[in-house]
Amino acid sequence: MQAFTTLTGIAAPMPAANVDTDKIIPARFLKSISRSGFGKHLFANMRFNPDGSENPDFVLNKEPYRKAEVLIAYENFGCGSSREHAPWALLDFGIRCVIAPDFADIFNNNCFKNGVLPVRLPREVCEQLMEDARLGGNARITVDLEREVVVRPSGEEIPFKIDPLRRHLMLNGLDDIGQTMQHGASIDSFEAKQQAAQPWLHG
Amino acid sequence: MSAQKPRTLFDKIWDAHVVETLPDGTALLYIDLHLTHEVTTPQAFDGLRAAGRKLRRPDRTLGVIDHNIATDASRYTGIVDPESRLQVETLERNAVEFGMPLIPLLDARQGIVHVIGPELGRSLPGMTIVCGDSHTSTHGAMGALAFGIGTSEVEHVLATQTLLQKPAKNMQVLVEGNLAVGCSGKDITLAVIGKIGTAGGTGHVIEYAGDAIRALDMAGRMTVCNMSIEGGARAGMVAPDQTTFDYIMKTPNGPKGEAFEQALAWWKTLPTDAGAHFDTVVKLAAHEIAPQVTWGTSPEDVLPITGVVPNPEEAADEARRAQLRRMVEYMGLTPGQRLQDLKIDVAFIGSCTNSRIEDIRIAAAIARGRRVADGVRALVVPGSGLVKKQAEAEGLDRILTEAGFEWREAGCSMCLGMNPDKLTPGQRSASTSNRNFEGRQGPGGRTHLLSPAMAAAAAIAGHLADVRDYQPKESV
Repeated sequence: MQAFTTLTGIAAPMPAANVDTDKIIPARFLKSISRSGFGKHLFANMRFNPDGSENPDFVLNKEPYRKAEVLIAYENFGCGSSREHAPWALLDFGIRCVIAPDFADIFNNNCFKNGVLPVRLPREVCEQLMEDARLGGNARITVDLEREVVVRPSGEEIPFKIDPLRRHLMLNGLDDIGQTMQHGASIDSFEAKQQAAQPWLHG
Repeated sequence: MSAQKPRTLFDKIWDAHVVETLPDGTALLYIDLHLTHEVTTPQAFDGLRAAGRKLRRPDRTLGVIDHNIATDASRYTGIVDPESRLQVETLERNAVEFGMPLIPLLDARQGIVHVIGPELGRSLPGMTIVCGDSHTSTHGAMGALAFGIGTSEVEHVLATQTLLQKPAKNMQVLVEGNLAVGCSGKDITLAVIGKIGTAGGTGHVIEYAGDAIRALDMAGRMTVCNMSIEGGARAGMVAPDQTTFDYIMKTPNGPKGEAFEQALAWWKTLPTDAGAHFDTVVKLAAHEIAPQVTWGTSPEDVLPITGVVPNPEEAADEARRAQLRRMVEYMGLTPGQRLQDLKIDVAFIGSCTNSRIEDIRIAAAIARGRRVADGVRALVVPGSGLVKKQAEAEGLDRILTEAGFEWREAGCSMCLGMNPDKLTPGQRSASTSNRNFEGRQGPGGRTHLLSPAMAAAAAIAGHLADVRDYQPKESV
């Protein structure tokens, strides 16, 4: 996983609640067996017309948002399907941070596994950041995970909180499987105990 | 030793599966059953391969092919779409390489992952069950803790049979009283989502309780737990009771004889203790629930079938007004229009929400002696090969096909716009699936979620209809 420390970039405004993972990447694009290449299908139903041409009204088709690295949205971002292809598509497009009032649980987990930072901030703050984002290329937003602050174009700093373990993994780009495997002995002894107490689980 | 604090069903299953608690409170949680399908696993197996890791517990892992496949006879001659074929073949290859049991595509037990787990007796009370699929919440109907995970977590479970998890909050949804005629588990779950909203359950595990839940058969409970995720909760569950135990006894792979008795003794200790704490309690009166149908593009935008399309301008704030305007436009509606006047193009009875034998029986009962309206395409897609076989043994396929319904092979079908069963732009469907998001059933498709009985009634009427006007005929 790519580490996330600090990021300064263009933020795209997406003033909508309940942006679901089918919207982020429709199911017909989930047939790839690799983790990469999903960026071209990000928000496909909104970004492209039925004939495949770009929808000029969609935010990511406008300058400077084609190069957006941050997305500002409203409540319950990432709801619906558990598809990890959603953060893969965001990442592949170049978006490494989403700021919203809250996130659906599975999407939130999936982001942390891929170096995409979901930042939860109150609705009023997201509305201010939405206005910042509407200013376009002259208004870059900084997301600093080390210090846990979002810096507005005005220089105002807004603190946020990330679970300490997740923050540690993200800052260092660590894979948690390796970490869990260090607990192999505990897993072995759990399995032995369970086998004795619940033999029906073991066929 | 002091008396133990009263615990919920969730607390008990959680406590029984904590391998270790890390200093920050994160638990290393043991997973009893890991179900896999072709869409969310290829990258996880790639990860194992790259790191030289093995599948830790093949005996606790079961694969099945369901999302990508056609539900017509073409599956017998090979998958046409090259990308779908590659994804299915990749699962088959990974199963061989890593020693994972896989139900072959042409096996009678093949079906939707959330139908086959309970049906085969693999999903049992007290278990922790995961799958790279948000509707894993379905298995909670067995009295299990079951939730969807992403592909990185799939890889984590494949390698370690555990997950790193923070405990969820407890929510109780209490549905008391008797359901009215024409209503089912689907109407309960839609009414619950209408009440709590699509983020109402975020961070929670929902336990459904109350006599209306107790009165549901296992299929009804699975429908209710299935859509917990549409209410924002990763898991939904129902405490195991005699209905659960009777169901398990009839499954091919459930514990038998002495093992069953031993399991039963533990299962009976699982229900929530009196006085256990719930962080959130939501109450619904079952008799107040009328047949439900969604009108918008989020499952929370649901109304009784007697309702009318809302007027966006009456919403409280501008953000909501804008959202509702977009929904009305996308769905091709007019504010004030009666829901029952909405003509449909497609009726879809299927998906992990509603494709079990009980769902097909009710659809057939309503279809019997009637005809699908002209211009409506009506599909019935059984959730598994075993459901299909059972329905055919009962003659339900004949009743349905005589009424003009298509009788299909098992799979996810028109739930998600990933296989050949899709809506075309502008088509309106009455669907027993779980998501009415824009484009979910195909780009530009317009989805109304409802129960199997309501879908059958809509197929016959040619428009959304009140199932109470289409009760089964006494004789034909």
